[in-house]
Amino acid sequence: MHPSETLTDKETGTGLHPLRLLLILLIISILMMFAGLTSGYIVRRDEGNWLEFDLPTGLLFNTIVIAISSATMQWAWFSARKDNLRQVKIGMLTTLALGVLFLIGQWQVWGELVSNRVYFGGADSNPSGSFMYVLTGVHGFHLITGLIFLVLVVVKSLRYEVHSRQMLAITNGTIYWHFLGALWLYLYLFLLLNH
Amino acid sequence: MAANIPTNAPVHGTPTVPHVEHDEHLHHDEHHEQSFLTKYIFSQDHKVIAKQFLITGIFWAIMGGALSSLFRLQLGWPESTMSWLTPVLGKWVEAGKLNPEFYLALVTMHGTIMVFFVLTAGLSGTFSNFLIPLQVGARDMASGFMNMLSYWFFFISSIIMFSSIFIETGPASAGWTIYPPLSALPQAIPGSGAGMTLWLVSMALFIISQLLGGVNYITTVINLRTRGMSMGKLPLTIWSFFLTAILGLLAFPVLFSAALLLIFDRSFGTSFFLSDIYIAGQALNNTGGSPILFQHLFWFLGHPEVYIVIMPAMGMVSEILATNSRKPIFGYRAMIGSLIGISLLSFVVWAHHMFVTGMNPFLGSVFMFLTLIIAVPSGVKVFNWLATLWRGNIRFTTAMLFSIGFVSLFISGGLTGIILGNAALDIQMHNTYFVVAHFHLVMGSSAFFGLFAGVYHWFPKMFGRMLDEKLGYVHFWLTFIGVYLVFMPMHYVGIAGFPRRYYAWTGFDSFSQFADLNKFISAAAIFAFIGQFIFIFNFFYSIWRGRRATENPWNSNTLEWTTPVIPGHGNWPGAIPAVHRWPYDYSKPGAEKDFIPQNVPYSQTQSSNLPNERETAE
Ligand code: HEM
Ligand SMILES: [Cu+2]
Repeated sequence: MHPSETLTDKETGTGLHPLRLLLILLIISILMMFAGLTSGYIVRRDEGNWLEFDLPTGLLFNTIVIAISSATMQWAWFSARKDNLRQVKIGMLTTLALGVLFLIGQWQVWGELVSNRVYFGGADSNPSGSFMYVLTGVHGFHLITGLIFLVLVVVKSLRYEVHSRQMLAITNGTIYWHFLGALWLYLYLFLLLNH
Repeated sequence: MAANIPTNAPVHGTPTVPHVEHDEHLHHDEHHEQSFLTKYIFSQDHKVIAKQFLITGIFWAIMGGALSSLFRLQLGWPESTMSWLTPVLGKWVEAGKLNPEFYLALVTMHGTIMVFFVLTAGLSGTFSNFLIPLQVGARDMASGFMNMLSYWFFFISSIIMFSSIFIETGPASAGWTIYPPLSALPQAIPGSGAGMTLWLVSMALFIISQLLGGVNYITTVINLRTRGMSMGKLPLTIWSFFLTAILGLLAFPVLFSAALLLIFDRSFGTSFFLSDIYIAGQALNNTGGSPILFQHLFWFLGHPEVYIVIMPAMGMVSEILATNSRKPIFGYRAMIGSLIGISLLSFVVWAHHMFVTGMNPFLGSVFMFLTLIIAVPSGVKVFNWLATLWRGNIRFTTAMLFSIGFVSLFISGGLTGIILGNAALDIQMHNTYFVVAHFHLVMGSSAFFGLFAGVYHWFPKMFGRMLDEKLGYVHFWLTFIGVYLVFMPMHYVGIAGFPRRYYAWTGFDSFSQFADLNKFISAAAIFAFIGQFIFIFNFFYSIWRGRRATENPWNSNTLEWTTPVIPGHGNWPGAIPAVHRWPYDYSKPGAEKDFIPQNVPYSQTQSSNLPNERETAE
């Protein structure tokens, strides 16, 4: 926004801060991307010649990890509301660590797939396996953007810019993080139901 | 008016309820002197970014036009020698003949450049950026930084696309729709080698640019409207930019997915779109892919994309027609309703591009039905434009001429859409010049006319000077006549079955009778292209030497004309004006002047107030 823009002098919009709305719109665009990929998955699967394989066991563990990270993020947010700045830092750092753990876990899952002879590309690959890599990979990429976002919020909190009267950044971070968790949950259920 | 009174009370607590959240950005003071770099290059001012988009768009339009002149030369005079082009094209001219594969590269680059770089980035990028903050009464976009990124992503994407023209194997050659397997296999055509890779990378960056721009447009329209500017008082330009941005937000990510999968097929050995292919006597080991899947993903973007191109033009034309007819736009609410209708429908008709892919005929009928429904909101718009002109006090400014030309072209091209929308007819017409004629009238030419109308109309606010009207008239008539001379004959060639994207038709007896017609089309096309240089001259000459503009040269009602001749960063030197009325109070009975700007309160216009407005005035 222009530095001299005052939000008080405006028509009532959605009631959301512009940066919040920007975030939601970006989330919608990410959703559309996955809508495209998963509907492509279904269309392609219905055409036959589709390799069936067992989902890697690591996925369940990773799902639990990312669910816990959502909880710790939420805890950090509540702590910020209560101006408990130490807990904010602990909560956010735990979330970051769990996020990294999730990514490592997904990497392991890829290893598991390869050892089960499910390949991304090449002569022995089948779209069913390739889709698996694409869905996890693109989600993982967005998770990295989420981690970067959280690091920025942590930096802000170190500068005492996150507290009960400056909740915008941490709330946006929390929303994005929950979205990434929910997106993973959707993908996991989708893969469970459609393979 | 009580609802519009600002609430200054600071709001704490839950983040979803308050109208005003605390934001640390607002407390920074950034009023330091700007260097050349931050003022003109890495500017976050929406007006500068708009001009950057415009000038880049003009560059691309010249490129796109030049490429089309080259392939029209080939189509018009297939027997002639082209050795004189060797200095420009180098090895693509072999023994005096254009290389056939390079012909396909030309067509592909022409389409890509025109659809995406000129009529999407050049059109929306310029006018959404320029007009949204000015017309809704905001000092800038919601995020100036993301807006700047949007331009620079576009710029990098442009550089990559441009550089792909100069590589050894040539640029992408699989058509702007890049259907696999042609686009996926370098063995299929040289352009599907490095050229296609660069195309995909460039488009990925382009999509990011569009998304960064689009989320900004939407947020600005929703959140930064000035006091009194309810959605029901927005100029139609803003409505069209707003809906265009929403279409982009929903459609471009899907193209991104398709491009991503294609990248994997090309470079990582996956088989999303490839199966059972023999090429040069060799079997590829890709199995299980589906090329039709690509078409679905592509057209899910592709069809909304054609409306992303046309809707901003529709909005600007509505605005210009009303201003220069000195009449309120006819059917303001119907205009908004039809834009919304078109936007919704545009997501459920994509398979009309795929009638011949062997889809289930029942499914085809469903898509046919939905497609033909689009004629209804399109018709509503056309009738409203005509009714706005009807008995108006018309001022034939150049912008007005181009707007009227837009309506004409949109009708001519829309009619053939109804023919193509019928699956049974489309089976005959698909992939012929009839389709080319259809979309060049309804999309290509119309959107270009909207672009020109916008430039002629808003040039004074952009550069503080006027474009020359006489040159404008010459430019208009050359373009208008040229466009019809080019695209009308194409319908006949198409009905006769002449396929698009063919290098030469001389091998087919049934088509040699069209030799003269093809020459004629080519001559007209090159004539119309040369006519555009009048505009280019006028544009650059007038930036520095044009007649000085006044604040409101067209006696227009919208807010941008309440700013200084050349608005600075922040747009209004003082407070942002509040809005009291809709933007179309032209020739209101009883009023002193034939226009009442949006920021004039009813209390100052007692003589012209309608009964219900009298109450508001008190
Ligand atoms: C009454 C409204 C319209 C109808 C019923 C309609 C119908 C169609 C159909 C059925 C096709 C596919 C033809 C084929 O490939 O065999 C087509 C192609 C096309 N239409 Fe339209 N159309 C309409 C309006 C528009 C508008 C407003 C635009 C753009 C602003 C547009 C742009 C295009 C483009 C770009 C193509 C060709 C894409 C390609 O194959 O390269 N159409 N139209
Ligand atoms: Cu279409």
